[in-house]
Amino acid sequence: MATDNRPLSPHLQVYRWQITSVLSILHRITGVGLAVGAIVFAYWLNAAGYGADAFARAQAVLGTWVGVVLLAGWTFALFYHLLNGIRHLFWDAGMGFELSQVRASGWTVVVGAAVLTAITWAVVWNTAGGAG
Amino acid sequence: MAEFSLPANSKVVEGKTFPAPAGATRVKKFKVYRYDPDKNENPRMDTYEIDLDACGPMVLDALIKIKNEIDSTLTFRRSCREGVCGSCAMNVGGTNTLACINAISDFRGDIAVYPLPHMMVVKDLVPDLTNAYAQYASIQPWLQADTPAAPGKERLQSPEEREELDGLWECVLCFSCSTGCPSYWWNSDRYLGPATLLQAYRWIADSRDEYTGERLDALEDPFRLYRCHTIMNCTNTCPKNLNPGKAIAKIKQKMVERR
Repeated sequence: MATDNRPLSPHLQVYRWQITSVLSILHRITGVGLAVGAIVFAYWLNAAGYGADAFARAQAVLGTWVGVVLLAGWTFALFYHLLNGIRHLFWDAGMGFELSQVRASGWTVVVGAAVLTAITWAVVWNTAGGAG
Repeated sequence: MAEFSLPANSKVVEGKTFPAPAGATRVKKFKVYRYDPDKNENPRMDTYEIDLDACGPMVLDALIKIKNEIDSTLTFRRSCREGVCGSCAMNVGGTNTLACINAISDFRGDIAVYPLPHMMVVKDLVPDLTNAYAQYASIQPWLQADTPAAPGKERLQSPEEREELDGLWECVLCFSCSTGCPSYWWNSDRYLGPATLLQAYRWIADSRDEYTGERLDALEDPFRLYRCHTIMNCTNTCPKNLNPGKAIAKIKQKMVERR
């Protein structure tokens, strides 16, 4: 019997999305996103140090709707990664491994990150009086 | 390295349909993964319409009915039909489980049945478990002690020490957890996977075993143990309701404690 041409059984294609794996891959995606966001943040700080013109340009770029959407995404990424990181710390301490706890803590992280993002942007909007 | 799509020879195509007998009122469609190693063809999904009034209650009953009455070429592993042998592990309705302890009525709509994910397929629903068994053997799953037992006596444990093994000894090695773990999909050549790591912890946790240090040494490796990223798909899918994710966490804790 030929064994070298055996097919690989389907995996991602057929495995139903699980709250467990979705939140796990989201942790990694937000981590990568934050690394990219750190570069943008560094650019913004640099622009501030460079002078009024450069800073105004950076503000203009980040103030476009694309910029605002990205900033909101990074805000969520920051809070999600932070809260899920705390979830991982509990796991590292051996706590919260029952399935009911895993699901509850997972949803807590998602809702918590959304709420913190909303609060942050409400503050930004109120203090800045608009975009930026 | 993670390969997200299937190789060309593994892409699944549409197969045949076997309609329900005339007059059947409660019909359930089973879409079953088929691969014949004797033909030079890609795997396909055959559809079997089952009359539930003439079928047992479990998913395995439907598969046996198909093999007995509709299509004798269908190949799958099964033995005990009560969840203690671990043979009929497969992907049913999108997650891994034992076909024998899942009621057909628990699934809404058509039921898709695939072999355990990301494994080399021998035939139909039969995956090649050679690597998984070799990994299991590598953790030396037997009691190791240099101190001889008292002559004519067993090695005794207190009830509390015995309790440490609950939730571990019940594992039937069906590999539902390992093959439900994305980390194992991408790294099964070097990562041991939840099933084998749960077994590793079963011996680490055994008060009679004297080789805990050596066992931990063997697992102190960026891949063998630490490819576990606490995704928890393992615990989520275990048909015996065990907690491989927790067992792996306990191994990691032992690693830290002994520093």
